[in-house]
Amino acid sequence: MLLENLNQYPAAAALASKMSGAITGGKFEFNELTISVESAQIVAVLTTLKTALGWNRLSGITCVDWHPKQAGRFEVVYHLQNTQTWERLRIKTAVPVVVAVPVPVVAGFSPQNEIATSSGLKPAITLTDELPELDSATGVWAGANWYEREIFDMYGVAFRNHPDLKRILMPVDWVGHPLRKDYPVHGFKYSYKSE
Amino acid sequence: MSKVLHIEDHHVASALAPQAAESETGARRMTVNMGPQHPSTHGVLRIVIDLEGETIVRAEPDIGYLHTGIEKECEVKTWQQVVTLTDRVDYLANVSNNLVYALAVEKLLQIEIPDRAQWLRVLMTEVSRLNSHLVWFGTHALDIGAMTVFFYCFREREEILKILEMFSGQRMMTSYIRIGGVALDAPRGFDKVCRKFIDGFPSKIDEYEGLLETNPIWLKRTKGVGFIPLETMLDWGITGPMIRAAGLSMDARKNAPYCSYEKFDFKVPTRTENDVYSRYRVRLDEMRESTKIIRQALDGMPSGRYTADAPKVVLPDREKMKTQMEALIYHFKIVTEGMRVPAGEVYQVIESPRGEIGYYIVSDGTAKPYKIHMRTPSFGNIQGLPKMIEGCLIADTIAALGSMDFVLGDTDR
Repeated sequence: MLLENLNQYPAAAALASKMSGAITGGKFEFNELTISVESAQIVAVLTTLKTALGWNRLSGITCVDWHPKQAGRFEVVYHLQNTQTWERLRIKTAVPVVVAVPVPVVAGFSPQNEIATSSGLKPAITLTDELPELDSATGVWAGANWYEREIFDMYGVAFRNHPDLKRILMPVDWVGHPLRKDYPVHGFKYSYKSE
Repeated sequence: MSKVLHIEDHHVASALAPQAAESETGARRMTVNMGPQHPSTHGVLRIVIDLEGETIVRAEPDIGYLHTGIEKECEVKTWQQVVTLTDRVDYLANVSNNLVYALAVEKLLQIEIPDRAQWLRVLMTEVSRLNSHLVWFGTHALDIGAMTVFFYCFREREEILKILEMFSGQRMMTSYIRIGGVALDAPRGFDKVCRKFIDGFPSKIDEYEGLLETNPIWLKRTKGVGFIPLETMLDWGITGPMIRAAGLSMDARKNAPYCSYEKFDFKVPTRTENDVYSRYRVRLDEMRESTKIIRQALDGMPSGRYTADAPKVVLPDREKMKTQMEALIYHFKIVTEGMRVPAGEVYQVIESPRGEIGYYIVSDGTAKPYKIHMRTPSFGNIQGLPKMIEGCLIADTIAALGSMDFVLGDTDR
């Protein structure tokens, strides 16, 4: 949807009047308003929304992986709520592109090694060690903490200035990020032969 | 000789606890593990607690012990198959999870749900809310030491499970609410059974109150315990009866009605004390309100279809399949390929017994969900746990934890 059309929605118009440069797009579908913003300004946008525009509650943060359809594969989604009017707003930002680098096969444990040596086959999907980064929203809402940890754990998106960025659901020594689209649903086969 | 263990060390050295050391202030600081196998965590939650004397100076919940990868699994199931997975997320409020998933997908499909299906959904959701609150109440009182309440609650819960079984054939994992309606029409005689239950239930709530309201130990252990300011709750994403006990009337059934809740007359109980006791009062009042909603749902139960008139979404009747070619084809297509959901994204929020439950669903137009994110109430609530128990006595942790009413399956998914 074009930016001019967004102005008919009060929430989008209010944000545009404060930070017009940050908005890159938006849409109104299924009675839900989505505004896409620049990733570099995400914290400034969220701060403005919270302090000046009344979107005082963060319902949750999640991430969508568009691999292999889009080069900038990750999209982080924030769901906000206004506790005066109980309206909801979705803010989206595309995480900056990181050039995918295949993990080098080195001696010692790595998922590639494990699969290659145990089955004699090359894995159909290569893991990449790309670790895209985004600014953390924990300074705006303290409750962003666990949601960002979950995204880091599941998608491998790192958050700058996060107070305690570590895995939350998977074990600390886990390799890979399970909710990425190039992570097979059955996981990487594990060989017990060497034990 | 011993040292203060940092939280990172705990992941690898959990067996070493408790560790004790002299802190900078000279007070003896001790780090203890509570859980993951602790009876009051009702599941597998681990909390690493730093103590000075009996006072908690720092607490950090460690979750993930019940992580089953449901969100990943959803991406390889067809839309209808996911219904059974949503049951397993929050196994005490499974009907709420079915409902929020069905509502979100129906929003994407843009199909109309007939009144009878909506009333049946409301009826079942409220019955399961009673179930969830009863399990919470019994175990919460048990944690604090009032054992009798547990038996009373589970006596009534048995009746509820019988109602759930009557409707769906299952006691716990009902999968009763499906995309496009409900799984089965209400069984013969359901009205009588439900009425018999709700006629007796309000007096049972009075009975529970009678067990605890004059119990000095209960009052001492719950009043003024587990305080957490409203602003902190909003900041950390705490929802549900917790936030209503802090005075904010936040209930999706009223604020953003779904599934015809706007046609039902009920109140949203709130308190202002914001402690363990007020959370117990709020939940008891919610049970009374749920009873009222169930009665209204029974009184006003419309007749008609219990599934939407959407042949590409809902499986046809068995009778039609034997007589109509189209019905047979639709059945074959839905079962073998799965239905297709138009591309788009929705965020549907409803009020589960534990708080705000939101499903963010992205569809790319195929027969399987592209992404499902479950914003579960327990995840948000446990995140704020340290704010509630830091500064408290360790014995109060049990009461404070119980007042949160979390389900670890709901947290870890």
